[in-house]
Amino acid sequence: MAGSSASIWGRRHTIGLAVPIMAILAWLVLYPNALVVVDSVREGGRLTLAHYAEFFVTRSELEALWASLWISAASVVLAGAIGVPLALFFHRFDFPGRRVLGALAALPVLLPPLVGVIAFLFLAGESGILTRSVQLLFGLDAPPWRLAGAPAIVFVHAYTMYVYFYLFVLAGLARLDQSMSEASASLGAGRWRTFRAVTLPLLTPSLTAASLLVFMTSMASFSAPYVFGGGFRVLTTQIYASKVSGALSMAMVETVVRASASLVFLWVLRRYAGGRASVVVGKGVSGARHSVRSRPMRLLLAIAGTAAVLALLLPHLTLALISLVPEGAWTTQVLPKRYSFENYAGLLRDPELFAPILNSLRMATVATAANLLFCFLAAYLVVRRRFRGRGLLAVLLILPWALPGTVIAIGLSTTFSVDQPWAGRIVLVGTFWILPLAYFIRNIPLVTQAVISSFRRFDPALEEAAASLGAGWVTTMRRVALPLVLPGLAAGGLLAFVTALGEFVSSILLYTPRSRPISIEILAQLRGFDFGGAAALGVVLVVLMAAVFALGGRFVRQEVGGARP
Amino acid sequence: MSLELRELRKRFGEVEAVRGLDLELQSGELMTLLGPSGCGKTTVLRLIAGFEAPDEGRILFHGEDVTGQAPQRRGFGMVFQNYALFPHLSVFENVAFGLKAHGQAAAEIGAQVERTLERVDLPGFGGRRVQELSGGQQQRVALARALAIEPPLLLLDEPLSNLDAALRERTRVELREILKAVGITALYVTHDQEEAFDLADRIAVMEAGRLRQVGTPEDLYDRPVDRFVAGFVGRSNVLSGRLEAGPSGVLSARLAAGPAWPITSEPGRGEPGQAVELVIRPEDLLLVAGGDASAASAVLRGVVRERLFRGASVTYRVEIADGTVLEVEAERDAAASGERVVVRPRPGARVHAFSA
Repeated sequence: MAGSSASIWGRRHTIGLAVPIMAILAWLVLYPNALVVVDSVREGGRLTLAHYAEFFVTRSELEALWASLWISAASVVLAGAIGVPLALFFHRFDFPGRRVLGALAALPVLLPPLVGVIAFLFLAGESGILTRSVQLLFGLDAPPWRLAGAPAIVFVHAYTMYVYFYLFVLAGLARLDQSMSEASASLGAGRWRTFRAVTLPLLTPSLTAASLLVFMTSMASFSAPYVFGGGFRVLTTQIYASKVSGALSMAMVETVVRASASLVFLWVLRRYAGGRASVVVGKGVSGARHSVRSRPMRLLLAIAGTAAVLALLLPHLTLALISLVPEGAWTTQVLPKRYSFENYAGLLRDPELFAPILNSLRMATVATAANLLFCFLAAYLVVRRRFRGRGLLAVLLILPWALPGTVIAIGLSTTFSVDQPWAGRIVLVGTFWILPLAYFIRNIPLVTQAVISSFRRFDPALEEAAASLGAGWVTTMRRVALPLVLPGLAAGGLLAFVTALGEFVSSILLYTPRSRPISIEILAQLRGFDFGGAAALGVVLVVLMAAVFALGGRFVRQEVGGARP
Repeated sequence: MSLELRELRKRFGEVEAVRGLDLELQSGELMTLLGPSGCGKTTVLRLIAGFEAPDEGRILFHGEDVTGQAPQRRGFGMVFQNYALFPHLSVFENVAFGLKAHGQAAAEIGAQVERTLERVDLPGFGGRRVQELSGGQQQRVALARALAIEPPLLLLDEPLSNLDAALRERTRVELREILKAVGITALYVTHDQEEAFDLADRIAVMEAGRLRQVGTPEDLYDRPVDRFVAGFVGRSNVLSGRLEAGPSGVLSARLAAGPAWPITSEPGRGEPGQAVELVIRPEDLLLVAGGDASAASAVLRGVVRERLFRGASVTYRVEIADGTVLEVEAERDAAASGERVVVRPRPGARVHAFSA
């Protein structure tokens, strides 16, 4: 009954808002992908499914598809194996330093994918610190392992994505009612049985959500396969290879297959996770932590915790370390001999090196500003208004999330590479604007979800109260809605900004040398074997992200319980 | 006449929330819309405010048809059930909101806010944050906010339901005083009959989307038009029986349980033999311990099952032969629990007969 503000402002008002929003989404999200689909069935002016036939017959293509699938599955298992015990450990025990260590364990979430990957390269690659240490320690002739191919990809995925399991399970445990385990104990069940039969099943929603998130992210992952894959192809790198080698039709087909796979899993995610709302039965008092009394035990736990976190943060530390290595100062030693701030100085001195930083900042700002305005209105429409296309709108808003960066980039580069204004196509490829556009589209789901969360907490009566006092729509939005959804908006905006700063996947398909972002520059440095320079840029990126979070965190903190999508 | 509702209809999907409702509100009148949960009273309020549009019917204010008008244009003040105070604004800014929206000058706003806050007995509260206030204070801020714009009509949606019982009783008396002092026309929605009695000049009783009766509290209590109103307003006993013609043609009711009792109101086309339901209030029944053999044919015999001490009065729950339990109000020492008693109407009692 009360929940739709349609009556207050009138049906025409709703249409007036909804039409532009949906038109923009249709133009920027649906249209490019539709063009790709059309391209994939066209050959010299005729419609054909020949390319699809070729896809499903070519062994390498099918192998790439299969590889994407099983690597993602393996990533889920391994990430869970790391994240879940970690969450249990930090939830259950209280020991000195728990809070700090617990927060640090979530740090990988701040690492842009490409930066994480190269950190691994430095750590465990053929000439990595760890590799060489082990080699030296055991007096081996050759490196003990090669970080390449499928195992490397799975390893890197798990190492960076365990955070999803860690955070989700931690939140799930916090919501668990203590009385559950107490009831179980009173009925005679031992600790292990309680965990297996009570705790674990109740954690299912968290586990499911994390699993699906890791799966989707792995399927969309590009950086790790690109750097480590070597000849081993997954679908995302396959698309890139096809486009670069000029087999455009094949690239289209791969894109469509890729997108379809994602959409299927997204549908599964919505059906399964959306329907199983986790109901907290009981008063919702979470279990008290085990306060360990014996001092040696506390010490042991603290050491174990520190060791675990250190192990998990090794890539970050490696990155910081390597950034201090001047060019050419590290060849065959385990650890570099010389350290200096040369790389950082170089960044500031050389405009060519500094330009990418400025570019990324500029493009991220433009994209995020657009996101804030667009997603605020879109979220408002979805939550507070009833109209016939609302379901479709909700789907369109989530769609970019199901489409990997490569797919979106291909769509954009196909659509906006010709001048046909009557068909809604202008030339944006090769200009400054194509990358912010890609960032904007990729971040729509994230920011919209964050604002939707905030709007859902919003008492509809507030809008009515404002209307009853004589305020028009704009005044109500400005003075009532905006301040109240600010935490969600800020959280979404912050995440969108830092994501755009470090974005790699779309950038690599759409960048121009003049507007190249930080991630592309990092890659260039790597190719030129300037590891120190690459690492320094990586560190700058991470520091920028941390700074943005710290500054903007003020707006987010008001949100109780967090509105992160 | 101030507000007029004509044949208002509203349906939500399959459910008809308001079915052809006609109502008139006089200027300066305080009217309560009383009814059980789900009867449509809040819907009527929201239709008047403009937050919902009626499917059929008209809403006229001072003769002008406002049915299609947006809520901002109508200018009716509204006090919401959970107050809907803007959490990010201070008390002053909340109360000033409407004035600011109407474009008034800052100095004027300041003075008006202070005046209104004093009216609701919250002087100097302007600087406080709404989260710091108690429930009762928040409710008064909500009232002040609606009053500040000096609306021609005030709509209140169960504003006291979130307060605890003692506070609610105190507040409703104060509320009536404030509204009468301002002289505003007000429509108040509630499901609490006592609240309606305390607040209203007139009460409109609603059930299942329709108006059952409109009248002063006394009208409703003494002369309910049907079984529902009789049962909803005040406590009542219900006995089944048939109409009987007396010596001078006066109808009385022959109870199923035996005796014949005189009735003071009869159903529209009352005829001898017609099945009726009698409604008698507990204070209109007389209870005598033991058993009076002489007037046997006019009384109901029963046993006291429970004796409920309510301070100023005692309510006896008496079970009669066919298992029905009657509530009788009597003196403290009228009977003891488990005792045999006889029950009959007090002289001058109001006995309503409604068609069964």
